[in-house]
Amino acid sequence: MEKEKTIMQKEIMSPGEKAFDIVNGILLTLLGITVLYPFIYVLSASISSGAAVDAGKVVLLPQGINFEAYEQILKDKYFWMSYGNTFFYTIFGTAYSMLISIPAAYVLAKKRFRFRKQINIILSFTMWFNVGFIPKYLNYKSLGAINNRWMIIVSFGVQAFNIILLRNYFESIPQSLEEAAKIDGASDFQILAQIFLPLSKPALTTVSLYYALSRWNGYFWSSVLLKEKGKIPLQVYLKQKLIDMSIVSENATTVVGQNYSYTTLVYAIIVCSIIPIILIYPYIQKYFTKGILVGGVKE
Amino acid sequence: MSSKIEIKTTSEKVLIKKREKKISLIKDIKQNWQLYVMVLPLIIWLILYAYKPMWGMLIAFQNYSPFKGVSGSEFIGLDNFKTLMTGEASKFFWRAFKNTILLSVYGLIIEFPIPIILALMFNELKNLMYRKVIQTVTYIPHFISEVVVASLVLTFLSLNTGIINVLIGKFLGLFGITYKQIQFMAQPKYFRAVYILSGIWKNVGFNSIIFFAALVGISPQLYEAAKIDGASKFKQIIHISLPGITPTIVIMLIIRIGNILNISYEKVLLLYNPLIYDTADILSTYIYRLGVDNVDYGLSTAASLVNSIIGFILVMMANKISKKLTESSLW
Repeated sequence: MEKEKTIMQKEIMSPGEKAFDIVNGILLTLLGITVLYPFIYVLSASISSGAAVDAGKVVLLPQGINFEAYEQILKDKYFWMSYGNTFFYTIFGTAYSMLISIPAAYVLAKKRFRFRKQINIILSFTMWFNVGFIPKYLNYKSLGAINNRWMIIVSFGVQAFNIILLRNYFESIPQSLEEAAKIDGASDFQILAQIFLPLSKPALTTVSLYYALSRWNGYFWSSVLLKEKGKIPLQVYLKQKLIDMSIVSENATTVVGQNYSYTTLVYAIIVCSIIPIILIYPYIQKYFTKGILVGGVKE
Repeated sequence: MSSKIEIKTTSEKVLIKKREKKISLIKDIKQNWQLYVMVLPLIIWLILYAYKPMWGMLIAFQNYSPFKGVSGSEFIGLDNFKTLMTGEASKFFWRAFKNTILLSVYGLIIEFPIPIILALMFNELKNLMYRKVIQTVTYIPHFISEVVVASLVLTFLSLNTGIINVLIGKFLGLFGITYKQIQFMAQPKYFRAVYILSGIWKNVGFNSIIFFAALVGISPQLYEAAKIDGASKFKQIIHISLPGITPTIVIMLIIRIGNILNISYEKVLLLYNPLIYDTADILSTYIYRLGVDNVDYGLSTAASLVNSIIGFILVMMANKISKKLTESSLW
């Protein structure tokens, strides 16, 4: 089929269409380069000498290769603490979110559940109505989330969109499987654990990745609620270093007698913070694209 | 007499029905207790973290004092709203209001069509391997945090050391023009472009997925038929591809319009500085500063209430229109 198609297209391709294909290919290649360039530049600059970067000599390839910026970062115990914190928030946060979301999505997918409609509405409502910064802040405060690692996990555990996505997936599992299990006397716990979960592995992966990514990348509330330096996640640490840099760069940026500058320090932190994502990206990418198609529009 | 009896019987009927319902609710809980147990953690979370804070929205109508709390503070009616919209500092509120609308509308006009065009271009790319590679590459920035994106933007745009200034200088240098570096993040006129362009960089690839999926779903027979009729590639795009994905375009557009007030405040907060508040300060960042810098909880909450209510109305309207036009809705 595929072959036939291409042969047919070749046969009737006019010069104009050929030009169209070529221009199209070139434009998309340019787009790819534009998207990738910042990453390559940051990587190159982070291992270049600070003086070369600050003088604008680094454009694509590194100049005066050295790893002093990384050495500086890796020496900082707060970098390691914030890295550890990010892992802590991501792993426990995701586990906690899934623990609430899976059973809830299962129940909301069941037509025989009496309050299905009402709970679906109060869940969706949270997506579309914003309570506002101060009421939220006071609420987190009153529930003890300030400078409390575990309450950070608890407070940001649920995202309505993710539950809805999971619910939509559960709804697509054939009713007959469940009925057969019921006849054999299976309880809802058993049906969920033995029928639904094994059948929903891709959806479960997608949703846990959504939760994990939002924890890994989350910044705003962590920066508001966590004031102790030892508890902040990586994103907040990066932001603080960036502020340091902008204060210093008013004067001289290159640290005297060193091979790094504040700019290269920031680039080095950026590289460190996105390395885990880039490494697992090839494996997780397809789950995200799937998630969009399952829950993106019709929820 | 007879009518009285009738009334009695109907009220009795209601009573019986009520009792039946009550009994069956208990029965239902007994029968399906596992379902109730499973959904309970979600309910508790929603009450504590989504609905309990709504109580705090009353602060908008109060002269709030942290010592007295929400239940003890003095009610002052709509005074906070009056101060916000007509008081001495009202120009800041209206500036933020205007900026919110403008940033969204510009964002919508410029950002929205690009993923559609990109999806059409991907669809025309014959080499499947190459297409996959480019698609995969363009999705990457979507997974990068706003802090990293903002850091990139700020360092790239900085004076002297920023790569953007360096590249423009080098490029113009090729033509013998000397370039005086621009301090992009110190001039209000650049902010919107910076915000929108960095947003496109981050999301264009990922946003194209949904349109691309719709394009893949169009029957190949339609294209075959058009080819036989001698339709050029351009005509095929206009007459087959675009109409084929119109429902998707419509619903995505409606969602975007509905969310016009929900701009990513996180990103603005990370990018802006007092020099560029004239274009960069939006409602949610103003709300944040009223709360954190001015510690004026009443005004901050009043402003967020205005934001939330208009935002919610827009979403509801968008949903209604979407239901009518495409028979698909958000919920």
